[in-house]
Amino acid sequence: MTNIWIICRKELKGYFASPIAYGLMAFFALIFGYFFYAAVAIFVLRSTDPMMMQRGMPMDVNEWVVRPVMMNVSVIGLFIIPMITMRLFAEEKKTGTIELLATSPVEDIEIIVGKWLAAVLLYGSILLLSSVNLAVLFLYGSPEWKPIFVAYLGLLLQGACLLAIGTFISNCTKNQIIAGAGTFAICLLLWVLSWVSAYETSTMGKVIAYLSVTDHFENFSKGVIDTRDVVYYASLTFFGLFLTSRSMESLRWRA
Amino acid sequence: MIKVEGLTKRYARNVAVNNISFEVEKGQIVGFLGPNGAGKTTTMRVLTCFLPPTDGRAEVAGFDVIEKPMEVKRRIGYLPETPPVYPEMEVVEYVEFVGRLKGVPKNELTRRVDEVCDRCNVGDVKTRLIGKLSKGYRQRVGLASAIIHNPDVLILDEPTAGLDPEQRKETLGLIKELAGEHTIILSTHILPEVEQTCEKVIIISRGKLVATDTMANLNSRLRGAELVSVEVEGRSGSLNRDSVQQRLEQIPGVSKVTYREARQDRLLFHVESMQGKTVRPDIARCIVQADWNLIELHTAGLSLEEIFLQLTSSDKPTGGAQ
Ligand SMILES: Nc1ncnc2c1ncn2[C@@H]1O[C@H](COP(=O)(O)OP(=O)(O)O)[C@@H](O)[C@H]1O
Ligand SMILES: [Mg+2]
Repeated sequence: MTNIWIICRKELKGYFASPIAYGLMAFFALIFGYFFYAAVAIFVLRSTDPMMMQRGMPMDVNEWVVRPVMMNVSVIGLFIIPMITMRLFAEEKKTGTIELLATSPVEDIEIIVGKWLAAVLLYGSILLLSSVNLAVLFLYGSPEWKPIFVAYLGLLLQGACLLAIGTFISNCTKNQIIAGAGTFAICLLLWVLSWVSAYETSTMGKVIAYLSVTDHFENFSKGVIDTRDVVYYASLTFFGLFLTSRSMESLRWRA
Repeated sequence: MIKVEGLTKRYARNVAVNNISFEVEKGQIVGFLGPNGAGKTTTMRVLTCFLPPTDGRAEVAGFDVIEKPMEVKRRIGYLPETPPVYPEMEVVEYVEFVGRLKGVPKNELTRRVDEVCDRCNVGDVKTRLIGKLSKGYRQRVGLASAIIHNPDVLILDEPTAGLDPEQRKETLGLIKELAGEHTIILSTHILPEVEQTCEKVIIISRGKLVATDTMANLNSRLRGAELVSVEVEGRSGSLNRDSVQQRLEQIPGVSKVTYREARQDRLLFHVESMQGKTVRPDIARCIVQADWNLIELHTAGLSLEEIFLQLTSSDKPTGGAQ
């Protein structure tokens, strides 16, 4: 346990010693701000529309602002995650510092989990930063906080599983760029799978849809925690970390 | 302290280490000598549990590298060829990090870090970023972090590679000082370094063990045979290369003559003597008698490759080789 924390702390320092962490935070804040602004603008436009007002039912902030923003954010995550994970192992392999870690009295899995945890914490803090925008909603309106919390939980779970996959891919190469591009490709694939579910209703289509990362986020964005979604994210996370440990072992035997 | 038996390491295509065996006693400082590609790094990686052996066994401090890797790792300090440092860390921060990884207790950590930094002469750059340090300093930071947990065994892979002569001397001096407390294996492809620092040598070449012996024994085996560099010139017109070579070969005590190069009309040869023979006066006499100009004549010393040739061709490996 302490070993995981030692590794994790070192990784976090590494992130914040370079411009990566700040760059990603700025990038995310910007995009989030844009989507948020757009959603709010549409909301204001609609809610002041006489046609809508005639219906006599006030529009729900959660439904009209929080949810579309969160759905978008879950897609932006796909772009940020490769940038977080690409260096995790690739860089250490390139500079040879992996030799220090691998010859220290630390289990492989502790190294892997430590690194992955650092990535999750960084991703979490990037998400947290974006919640400043949502504070505005509480100032001027009265949204429900529970669905927002659930949506963030969903984002974090989705992030955790994609970060685990990114960690695995970073372990397969010495080249950060390849690691980043590979992770991006996989993230993209897992996202695109959800398009299939739109027109495919066969069993095959259902299986493919089940694999789509963003589909499982949909419930979260509505403020609903479904065990199936949690299980999906958790098992994909374990799978990613497990693959990483296999890859570390096999590289050792081969090279 | 270290026991290697029939160790073989095969990569996908080639055999990097081929059935080598040796032992290192507690407190010894041992030179691991071999040209590039001999398999030094590979052997050290097996000893440090970085790579598993394909065949054979390796034991450190009584623990097998396959069965008890954690125990082995706890007892080893390892400095790879390029020090495994993080450029974005400060020196203290890095040494502390390594200390934590190696399981140095929290309440001793600060004291240990100060100790090893002073020991390795990096006390004055403690708060500098490692990325901004010179190669020599980085090497010493690596060394400091390798001894942070006071390991029984210290494994140093080419600790002087890439350093200038002054830094080399300093690093070797430092290693020698450490010898009292740790069992040390250091690899190098430079013979004089081993002569200066080590009590015992293990020589490998192309993955095979060539010799394991004490430094004193090895010296006496090599002494006597000398390598002489000779440069001659014709008094009128250029010389025939073959005839000069034949002439030199006929000198008593000469074992081998190799033609090296021609510089304008001058020819350069390397002459090797047999064990215990001094051939320089005879070479000089021979050249004068042949009525050529003797431009230069000096001992060149044996290169590592020539030593390997001598050791492998003259007789079977001795010492603990088999
Ligand atoms: N990761 C690797 N994959 C394949 N071959 C390797 C690898 N590392 C080293 N080798 C080969 O193994 C041999 C021994 O290398 P090495 O142990 O690095 O020698 P040294 O350290 O003595 O220079 C060389 O022929 C080298 O090309
Ligand atoms: Mg080497």
